[in-house]
Amino acid sequence: MAQLPGTCAMLRAMATTVAPAATRTPRHAALVRVTHWIAAAAFLALLVTGFEIVISHPRFYWGETGNVNMKPLFTIPIPASRDTVPTGYKYVMPDQNGWSRYLHFEAAWVFVLTGVLYGIWGFGTGHFRKNLLPARADRRWGAIWTRVARYLKRAPPDAGEASAYNVLQRLTYLAVIFVLVPLTILTGLALSPSFNSAVPEIVNGFGGRQSARTLHFFLSWALLFFVVAHVMMVAVSGFRVRMRAMITGRSVASAQENAGERE
Amino acid sequence: MSGISRRKLMTSGLAAAAGVASLAAADRIAKKFGLIPPDHGGLYGPGETLTYAAQRLLTRHTLAREFPRSMISKSPFRNETAPPTKEFLAHQAVGFADWRLTVDGMVAHPLSLSIADLRAMERRSQITEVVCEEGWSYVAEWIGTPLHSVLQEAGVAPEARYVAYFSFQKDWWDSVDMADALHPQTFLTWGMNDGDLPVGFGGPLRLRVPRQLGYKSVKYVTRLTVTDSMKKFGKGLGSASPEGGYAWYAGI
Repeated sequence: MAQLPGTCAMLRAMATTVAPAATRTPRHAALVRVTHWIAAAAFLALLVTGFEIVISHPRFYWGETGNVNMKPLFTIPIPASRDTVPTGYKYVMPDQNGWSRYLHFEAAWVFVLTGVLYGIWGFGTGHFRKNLLPARADRRWGAIWTRVARYLKRAPPDAGEASAYNVLQRLTYLAVIFVLVPLTILTGLALSPSFNSAVPEIVNGFGGRQSARTLHFFLSWALLFFVVAHVMMVAVSGFRVRMRAMITGRSVASAQENAGERE
Repeated sequence: MSGISRRKLMTSGLAAAAGVASLAAADRIAKKFGLIPPDHGGLYGPGETLTYAAQRLLTRHTLAREFPRSMISKSPFRNETAPPTKEFLAHQAVGFADWRLTVDGMVAHPLSLSIADLRAMERRSQITEVVCEEGWSYVAEWIGTPLHSVLQEAGVAPEARYVAYFSFQKDWWDSVDMADALHPQTFLTWGMNDGDLPVGFGGPLRLRVPRQLGYKSVKYVTRLTVTDSMKKFGKGLGSASPEGGYAWYAGI
């Protein structure tokens, strides 16, 4: 089965050389592996606590203000953890916001500091340029469509893909690392009244506090969609091989062995 | 494992050691500059401390966003508070004429002020947003006496680090550091949208802290205590909120 543009939230590196068959080649640098798993754990904590916080007010608005006396943009059809929110349900969920908020921000710090370390390392070592920026020949629609077609036809991965990302994977990782994650962080910060007093341009730029909250919610879904697709791609393309690569840093480059793992 | 991994392992080890050393240094600096919140202990302490320290460094003098009059919410929302006690209803029956705000602790002149006394002091208004940790919000005009005016009149000792404030409702109390206590937008609020502050919104007196979430803006304030340490109050975590699982610092 073909490998799709999956991806891990923050870190992934790969060797650029294709090794001879059946040797275990370096795949992911130590820093990439460590930051990948820290970011993965932090993302899980952010996801769970973020959803928990949403339960206290599962209504979303657009603009600066929003509350139960105002018309929502949309509501999520779940019970709430506050009896002041009209949800249509007869019961109220337990309030878990205290620890959820503590953990959400603690995990956010872990995620951001890990991301900063990865970012500095990535630029410093040329990781982004070498491993994530599509090759010059691939920076055209034709190359992208060719790759999309291969996925759609479920063509087996070509030789280079065992040790380097293809153009779709590269574009996906770049979009997550440099667009989705920064926007999620900024929309989250735009919910902080104190941060907004220091940098009002950000919350105003998103169209107001409630708009930022709604965008934060959708960006979280986008990141979750990415993570689910990423894990699925890992699973279908050879779970053991890819987990081994992200844990030990070594990949099996042999096409036969890869094929064996995949079947 | 090959030699390369071992070298990388050693590099990581060194990096971790450097990280621990810089954390220790950061801890000393943070204590010196007042960047450690009262609820810095426990599992969530490191995150809480990072948030508080970072926001204090970034926002010591910044102003909460103010909005044009046209953005005042037509139908503001408020969370329910406990039903009023007999004593509160007695205050309400006489228009809160007997309501007192006492100011004590590390001050040169302890005060006892009525709402009328406060109204006779410096009067300020702001159109700011109330933001609940649950996610909802509204914009209103808040009219009151800046807390710094009252503190100035009381004469705050230079060692003061926090102002604790207490509600008429028992077990509802909180505190802010001096950066927020002396902040020009921190008001002892007695008016809202050109009228008296309604009881539902905290009348007759609410401490508005617009750079923090709504739960720091305690309703029915009766007492301010200036102190150099929050250890003596409650469980020593800075306010009633951490005792109920919520963070003391609510700037985010």
